[in-house]
Amino acid sequence: MTAETPPEPEDLPMTADAPSPTLDETVGDHHAPVPEAHEPHLEPKVVFDVQDLNVFYGAFKAVRDVNLNIHQHEITAFIGPSGCGKSTVLRCFDRMNDLIESARVEGKVLYHGVDLYDARVDPVEVRKRIGMVFQKPNPFPKSIYDNIAFGPRLAGMKDDLDDRVEKALRQAALWDEVKDRLKKSAMGLSGGQQQRLCIARAIAVEPEVVLMDEPCSALDPIATARIEDLMQEIKSEYTILIVTHNMQQAARVSDRTAFFTTEVNPEGDHRTGVLVEYDSTDKMFSAPSDERTENYVTGRFG
Amino acid sequence: MPPASSVAERAPDPDVPVDASISLASTGGRRGDSIFRLVALAAGLLVLVVLAGIAFATTRQAWPAFSAEGIGFLTSSDWDPNNGKFGALAFIWGTLLSSAIALVIGVPISIGIALYTNEMAPRRLRRPVTYVIDLLAAIPSVVYGLWGVLVLAPNILPVYDSINSAVGDVPGLSWLFGGKASGRSFMTAGLILAIMIIPIVTSLSREVIATVPRSQREAAYGMGATRWEMIRSAVLPWSRGGIVGATMLGLGRAMGETIAVALVIGSNAQITTHLFSPGDSMAGVIANQWGESSGTYSAALIGLGVVLFAVTILVNVIARRVVRHFDERLKVA
Ligand SMILES: Nc1ncnc2c1ncn2[C@@H]1O[C@H](COP(=O)(O)OP(=O)(O)OP(=O)(O)O)[C@@H](O)[C@H]1O
Ligand SMILES: [Mg+2]
Repeated sequence: MTAETPPEPEDLPMTADAPSPTLDETVGDHHAPVPEAHEPHLEPKVVFDVQDLNVFYGAFKAVRDVNLNIHQHEITAFIGPSGCGKSTVLRCFDRMNDLIESARVEGKVLYHGVDLYDARVDPVEVRKRIGMVFQKPNPFPKSIYDNIAFGPRLAGMKDDLDDRVEKALRQAALWDEVKDRLKKSAMGLSGGQQQRLCIARAIAVEPEVVLMDEPCSALDPIATARIEDLMQEIKSEYTILIVTHNMQQAARVSDRTAFFTTEVNPEGDHRTGVLVEYDSTDKMFSAPSDERTENYVTGRFG
Repeated sequence: MPPASSVAERAPDPDVPVDASISLASTGGRRGDSIFRLVALAAGLLVLVVLAGIAFATTRQAWPAFSAEGIGFLTSSDWDPNNGKFGALAFIWGTLLSSAIALVIGVPISIGIALYTNEMAPRRLRRPVTYVIDLLAAIPSVVYGLWGVLVLAPNILPVYDSINSAVGDVPGLSWLFGGKASGRSFMTAGLILAIMIIPIVTSLSREVIATVPRSQREAAYGMGATRWEMIRSAVLPWSRGGIVGATMLGLGRAMGETIAVALVIGSNAQITTHLFSPGDSMAGVIANQWGESSGTYSAALIGLGVVLFAVTILVNVIARRVVRHFDERLKVA
C-alpha cells in the first residue's frame, strides 16, 4: 500500500498538523456551476484522480489499470456484473481496503492532488473526510441521537451537537419520523429508516465525499425512491459515488457512469476487473462507445 | 430414543404412490421435531430435578444447624463450634470480598487479553497467546494454592506493608488499606482467584468479541474511528452483554473455589474492609474443618454449602437479568 514514487514536495500529508484541502476551499467556488453540471463545457472540479489503479487480494489481481476522474458535486455511478471489482475500487477512495489483510493497492488515488496511498497519509483522517454508506444498514446498537453524533464527537465537533444531529437527520429525510424518539435505539428502526440513518450518520460530519456501496439493495422501491431523492437533494453539497446493480437507478440518479467488467487478465491465470467505459450517464445509456457497455445496459449481458 | 430411530429406519416403499410417500415424508419430519422437543424438555427437567434434589438433600442435612441458629446463621459472625455457635456471616463476607477482588483485577485483564488477541495482535501471535492463557485453566487449583502460600504470600507482604503505610492515612482510602497486613489475606486470595478466572473470562469474552459483525467494525472505521475508538464504539457495546455473562461465570467460579482460597486467605474469620487482613471463606472453612466436625458442627458446615449454593444461584439469576437488560436495550430497542 505504498506509493511507487516519492511524493512531490507540494503533496501534503493529511495529518492534523499539516493542512490539506479543506471543505471550505472546495465547496465555495463551485456553487454556481452546479446546476449546469451536465453541460460538457463546464467541467466541474476534479475531486479524485485515479491513476493506473491495480488492486490485489493476495496473489489475486481483482482489478487492473483503472483510470478515472471523479467530479465535484456530481453523482458518479459504478455499474457492472458481480465480482468485477466495483466495491473493491470504491473502497480505495477511503482506504477501507486497508482493513482487509490480504488487500494491496498499486497506483495512485489523488484526492485534490494528494495521493491517498502516500505513506504519510493517515487513513483515519481520510475516512473523516470521506464518508461511506454500506450495502447493509449498519447502525450502532445505540440511540438514534448517538448514532448521528458519533462522527461529530470523533471529530471533536462538540458545539451545537443537537443542531448538527437535527440537520443531518433532516437532510436524510428522517427527522420527522424519529424526532420524538431520538433517545431510542436505532436498532428499532425499519431497514429503510436504518439506511437513511446511516446516510445521516455519514453526512453529519459534512464530509466532502460520500461513498455508497449498493445502498438500496436491501430496500423496497419506496425506501429506494426516498434515498434517490435524498441523493439529489444533497448533491449540491457533496460528491457522491454509488455502486449499484440497478441500471435504472444509475440512469436516474447519476451524472456519470463507469462500467466495469471482468476479463481474463494478461497473465491469463484468472479473470480481473477492468474499467470498460466511463462517460456521462446520458451517453453511457444512449450511445455507449463500447459494445460490452451497450450489451450490459440493454440487458443482453448478465 | 427408540421412536427417533424407527422414523429414520422407515425406508421409502417403491409400491406406495408418490402422493402417499410425500405425505409420509412430511409427518416424519414433524415427528422428528416433536421428539427433539421432548428430549430437550426432558433433559432440561432432569437438570432442574437434580438441582432441586441436591438443594433438598443438603438443606435437610444442614437442618440441625439451621434450626439451632435460626436467622443468626446468616447474620451472626460468631463461629465457635466448641460452644455450639454457628454464625456464618464472616465466611460469607470473606467469599464475597475475595471474589470481588478477583473480579476487579481479573476481568479488566481478561477483556484486555481478549481484545489484544482478537483485535490487535499480529496473526501469528494470536494462537500462542490464546494457548498460554488456556493452559492456565489446566493448572490444578491446589497448585495455585501452594504457590500462593509458599511464594506469593511471603513475597507480597512487603508490598502490602508499603501500600498500607503510603495510603493508610489518606481519608477515602484508609477503610481499604488499614490494619495490620498479612501475607495470607483477602487480597492474596483475590489475586490467586483473579489468575484462576482469567482463562474462562478471557475465552468467553474472546468468543463474544469474535461475533461482533464486520459491518459494525466497518461502520466505525468508515466514520474515521481509530482502532481504539472502533473498539469502544463498536466492539464493546456489541459484546457488553456477553462480557457481563462471562464475568458472572468467573464470579461463580471464584466463589466456589475451595482449596486455593483455603490455603491463602488466612483462616481468620473476621469482617473487615481491610484488604490486606486475613479472613476466611465459606468453601475454605468447609475444606479446613470438615475432617474434625461431627453432629451439629457438620450440619453447620453443610449449611455453609447450602448458603454458597444459594448465593451462586442468586448471582447467576442476576447475571441473566443484566445480560438480558443489556441485550434488549442495545439490540432490539
Ligand atoms: N476480501 C477479499 N478477499 C479476497 N478476494 C476478494 C475479497 N473481496 C473481494 N474479492 C474478490 O475480488 C473481486 C472483486 O470483488 P468486488 O467485491 O469488488 O466485486 P463487486 O463488483 O463489488 O461485486 P458485487 O456486485 O457482487 O458486489 C471478486 O472476484 C472477489 O471475489
Ligand atoms: Mg460489491
